[in-house]
Amino acid sequence: MDDLRDLYQATILDHNKRPRNFGELATANHVADGHNPLCGDQLRVHVRVGSNGGVEDIAFEGSGCAISTASASLMTEFVKNLSREEVDDAFESFHDLVTRGPDDEVDIRSLDKLAVFSGVREYPMRVKCATLAWHTLRAALENSGQTAVTE
Amino acid sequence: MSSASQTDAMAFDAKAIRAQFPVLAGESGDSRLVYLDSGASSQKPRAVIDAIDSFYKHEYASVHRGLYALSSEATRRFEDVRAKVCRLLGTKNPHEVVFTRGTTESINLVAQSWGRSNLEAGDEILITQLEHHSNIVPWQLLCEQTGAVLKVVPINERGEVEPAAFEARLSSRTKIAAVAHVSNALGTVLPVSDLCSRARSAGALTLVDGAQAVPHVPVDLAEIKCDFYAFSAHKMFGPTGTGVLWGRHDLLEAMPPYQGGGSMIQSVRFEGTTFASPPQRFEAGTPDVAGVIGLGAALDWFDSVDRVGAFRWEDHLLETATRALETIPGLRILGTAAQKVAVISFVLDCAHPHDIATILDQHGVAVRAGHHCAQPLMEFFGVPATARASLALYNTLEDIDALVEAIEKTRKMFS
Repeated sequence: MDDLRDLYQATILDHNKRPRNFGELATANHVADGHNPLCGDQLRVHVRVGSNGGVEDIAFEGSGCAISTASASLMTEFVKNLSREEVDDAFESFHDLVTRGPDDEVDIRSLDKLAVFSGVREYPMRVKCATLAWHTLRAALENSGQTAVTE
Repeated sequence: MSSASQTDAMAFDAKAIRAQFPVLAGESGDSRLVYLDSGASSQKPRAVIDAIDSFYKHEYASVHRGLYALSSEATRRFEDVRAKVCRLLGTKNPHEVVFTRGTTESINLVAQSWGRSNLEAGDEILITQLEHHSNIVPWQLLCEQTGAVLKVVPINERGEVEPAAFEARLSSRTKIAAVAHVSNALGTVLPVSDLCSRARSAGALTLVDGAQAVPHVPVDLAEIKCDFYAFSAHKMFGPTGTGVLWGRHDLLEAMPPYQGGGSMIQSVRFEGTTFASPPQRFEAGTPDVAGVIGLGAALDWFDSVDRVGAFRWEDHLLETATRALETIPGLRILGTAAQKVAVISFVLDCAHPHDIATILDQHGVAVRAGHHCAQPLMEFFGVPATARASLALYNTLEDIDALVEAIEKTRKMFS
């Protein structure tokens, strides 16, 4: 396994090259766009929200850097079949993971594969790349109809 | 490049120049810094750093006010920098040199002072597709304020502004044409003498944004014959926060103040205030005195360099780097103008510009990635961003080797 401090781990490179759940989602009932003006990253997240408010199915499309693409890909795998509360918890944990100081302990056990993004905290300029998909997902769940912007 | 001019280029001692820049000479870290972001801001030679340090330690006082020796000496040194600017630009009248915070403020000054008092609804302002946001947004604001209309000259696929395309967008309503001397994102050198002459024939004034030109090409305003010329100290080896607006004296003389305050007045009474003559009229408040002293030191330093040799060296670096990058599979260079400075904007088919910049940084190579404050230009090329290596006279062939090697590593990692 790569050193967790490395930014571009094998998992990230793999998901950048072969993003999972990539494309439109015919059954989606919630959609939101995300935009990172700094990098020009553009994402659209499609979600099928169940009657209990949880994520039944999810897909994304768009273009961006390796960090934003891999983050979106891994996120879609992670949140599928989670309840709304579980998605919110994951959002908070992930946000902590990529923004906490290098010496702060973050419990990464609950994040599973998302732990590969722990290197992002060493690169403050790239935090927005990693969190764009999550902000966009939240916007889709709230269905505010507005573009999520990482500014 | 012919073998004779290549020999000439090799005669320039870039390593000796490099040794005069503390951060490049390795005084700040263990590893060799490969600095390829001079288009954003240049590094500073010891002569400039020392001049600012010494001014604050031994010679500091405010200018234009004190009756004591320290202030009058600071004022003399501050004012002397105007003549040094004239020498750089090939002009003579120091009263035509206005100190500003930088190119951006210089352009805003012209837009707000000259523009608001001279433009009316339906008048046209002409710019080009490759302008930096600082030569777009001030004019858009002016259009909103006056009802004037912004017209844009398109570029060709090499990233050049063709004089005929420029001419075609001039009209009897064109009041000012504002163009870059050198493109920050592509390195294109614009034919500014030709463009200014065409604008003049159409009855329009001209402003040239020289921010990227001053450190890399000879600038002679007697030949360019523009009405305004703007540049920043920090891109030409001087400090941040200081820049210049050069303006034709009769135009400056007729322009209203840009900001009100101290230093820019003749006399202030509650019934009304009269304003100082240019350039003081446009320099309200206590100026960045140390910044101007630093600019003076940068001009002196630049004057002491063999500039013909330096520019030839930069051409050699550009040609060497371009040839090397062209051999990398999947790499596309944006901006292939016949006349360009040592700026190479590029994209890779396998990696986003931000990933390229991060990997390059991990190998000690500093480049910029992004839209380079030129979003309409990125749109023209159909990319959200590029990676950009921008060189200066202190770069070496080793820097280019390091760049090529780091790009190769990036490519292997992402393919």
